[in-house]
Amino acid sequence: MNNKIKRLLLGDEAFALGVINAGLSGAYAYPGTPSTEILEFIQADPVARERKIHCAWSTNEKTAMEEALGMSFCGKRATVSMKHVGLNVAADPFVNSAMTGANGGLLVIAADDPSMHSSQNEQDSRFYADFAMIPLLEPSNQQEAYDMAKYGFDLSEKEGIPVLIRFVTRLSHSRAVVEVDKEPQAGNSLHYPENKQQWVLMPASSRRRNKQLVKDFLEFQKISEKSPFNFKETGKNYSLGIVVSGIAYNYLKEAFNNNVPYPLVKVSQYPLPVELISELLEQCESILILEEGQPFIEKKVRGELDKHLKPIYGKLSGEVERTGELTPDLVKEAIVKIMGEDCGIEKPEIKDISSIVVNRPPALCQGCGHRDVFQALNEVLTEYESPKVFGDIGCYTLGYLSPFNAIDTVVDMGASITMAKGAADAGQHPSVAVIGDSTFTHSGMTGLLDAVNENSPVTVIITDNLTTGMTGGQESQGTGKLEAICLGIGVDPDHLKTITSHPTNLEAMKKLFKEEIDYKGLSVIISRRECIQTARRKAKGK
Amino acid sequence: MTTNIILAGVGGQGILSIANVIGIAALENNLHLKQAEVHGMSQRGGDVQSNLRISDSPIASDLIPYGCADIIISLEPMEALRYLFYLRKTGWVVTNINPFVNIPNYPEMKDVMQELEKMDNLIAFDMDKMAKDLGSPRSSNMVLLGASAPFLGLPLGLIENGISKFFELKGEKIVDLNLKCFTAGYEEARNFLNNRSRS
Repeated sequence: MNNKIKRLLLGDEAFALGVINAGLSGAYAYPGTPSTEILEFIQADPVARERKIHCAWSTNEKTAMEEALGMSFCGKRATVSMKHVGLNVAADPFVNSAMTGANGGLLVIAADDPSMHSSQNEQDSRFYADFAMIPLLEPSNQQEAYDMAKYGFDLSEKEGIPVLIRFVTRLSHSRAVVEVDKEPQAGNSLHYPENKQQWVLMPASSRRRNKQLVKDFLEFQKISEKSPFNFKETGKNYSLGIVVSGIAYNYLKEAFNNNVPYPLVKVSQYPLPVELISELLEQCESILILEEGQPFIEKKVRGELDKHLKPIYGKLSGEVERTGELTPDLVKEAIVKIMGEDCGIEKPEIKDISSIVVNRPPALCQGCGHRDVFQALNEVLTEYESPKVFGDIGCYTLGYLSPFNAIDTVVDMGASITMAKGAADAGQHPSVAVIGDSTFTHSGMTGLLDAVNENSPVTVIITDNLTTGMTGGQESQGTGKLEAICLGIGVDPDHLKTITSHPTNLEAMKKLFKEEIDYKGLSVIISRRECIQTARRKAKGK
Repeated sequence: MTTNIILAGVGGQGILSIANVIGIAALENNLHLKQAEVHGMSQRGGDVQSNLRISDSPIASDLIPYGCADIIISLEPMEALRYLFYLRKTGWVVTNINPFVNIPNYPEMKDVMQELEKMDNLIAFDMDKMAKDLGSPRSSNMVLLGASAPFLGLPLGLIENGISKFFELKGEKIVDLNLKCFTAGYEEARNFLNNRSRS
């Protein structure tokens, strides 16, 4: 055991250390809760620094995914990490990377956020792996997160396919003691794919590759059946069998103080180990599916049901809560619903919350420049009959809440500019987009070109705080370049304005906002002041 | 034996530092530990909490089941009340009583105190004041950690060692100030417990 040491790590960090120790050459990412700490850990790691492992932030998840794929093409091990909705942005290269396959090990990490602690939806990334025909690993604890890094790279290289790793918030952001290797293994040297056609996705080669991929996917399933992360546990009561995946396994163990009376199959590698689950279905009188996220396994198993004609319980049948993240209590509740009060689950007395406790929603920091933008904008817009403000993703999304109530829509990264343009197309005026600097370079620039080409009567306010604020202050790709980017895209120099966001500058901000809103064409206003959190940190560092 | 801890406060107050110190101490003591925390949007001045579990045997769940927490540790009095459904019948509430008012509808302080005093097992005092008096106004969290120390099932020396390690990069002076705040919090709690057992 002397080649191992114990470390206290978040799930994200355990995985990050795992990939470094497994010979990583490049890590790519765009910040997004709960995935951000993966790249941050690599950036701070001494081994990564010494080995010059690539770990700079990318402009968005699509560019990150493609950069990682390029590294894999050259035979080296690469990761690309993002939050679940980031995989929507990277979906094009992700799905197509199943067609090219991987040369150097390629791990794609999507961190899901059930209960939407810091997200706009609770989509489940397992569906992506399934339809792209890519194997998926879903760690159930911090140790598995560490172990799956090397396992995943080996699997990816052996099978010549990227592997998707699914995290969820409660694993990403939960700390535990993890046994890790003392010595990192060496990285791969440069070597190119044997099958060159496979990397040129033109119809003729894609058709050939598609047939192979379908065959390979069956092979991936066989590997799942024997995976060390998928296993059966016996039980004494066969009236119920439980299929349990990822961190739901922990909650089930918790519910019965580690002595689950029912036989179970634990799943952490996909495609689903169908044989393992079929055995369980045959042995038990009924089946309960426990999974974090959407009913992915349940839908698959219900397809098998016709053969078995046994009750299947889960999120679709209603015993398990359909939305929000699982908790030990929801697992307990589901089992009590199915098996009755005397099924061996303890029910402690639970105190009520006092009615005097009120909500404390998050808010923009005192002294934040976004506050000045919303205050100026709100005051100007009182002069118009029906103004609409299209918001975007970042700290300034909080402008929706009291006291500002300044935003009408928030949808996805970059949607402020394009929705404002669509609204202007419909005859809306004023049509204002409010977008942060990092979100602008992530997905706002392309939409701005649409507005430039039609000189749409839209006022775009880029509220530039020189950082990616909401995720903790990562560098922003457009810092120092925003004016040049806008001019390059073709914004009229007479309607590209820069101003400082500051309470002492409020009148000037209002005057500028009004002038540009009254201009019946496209304007871009860059309202700028450094994020007070990063400014404070810098001041402390000095 | 497992100790289940709910850490509560407002984003930016410093509850994660408490969790980190306990984590270091647990690791040194070869204990198992799980600590789920909240990052992202809610850290901007919203209510935040962390589930922390320490045990001499492996821990299954990162989350504490309702009614199973041994202690709620809070940097803010109303936030201590927010998580009572986690607390075991015999559990303790250890909280700062200086309110963090960043919302317009914060309840009357006397009502908050009245609710807190309904608890059978409560240690509540002005930890901000204690930290300030000791010359380290930003160390209320270490006062709180000290006041909670009797209930954590960890040797005092190991927690102190955790504090030293956690702050070591900030220099000896900061380490000493934080240790001083920790000790003061601990003594306050000990005195309270001694008085209670006498009466």
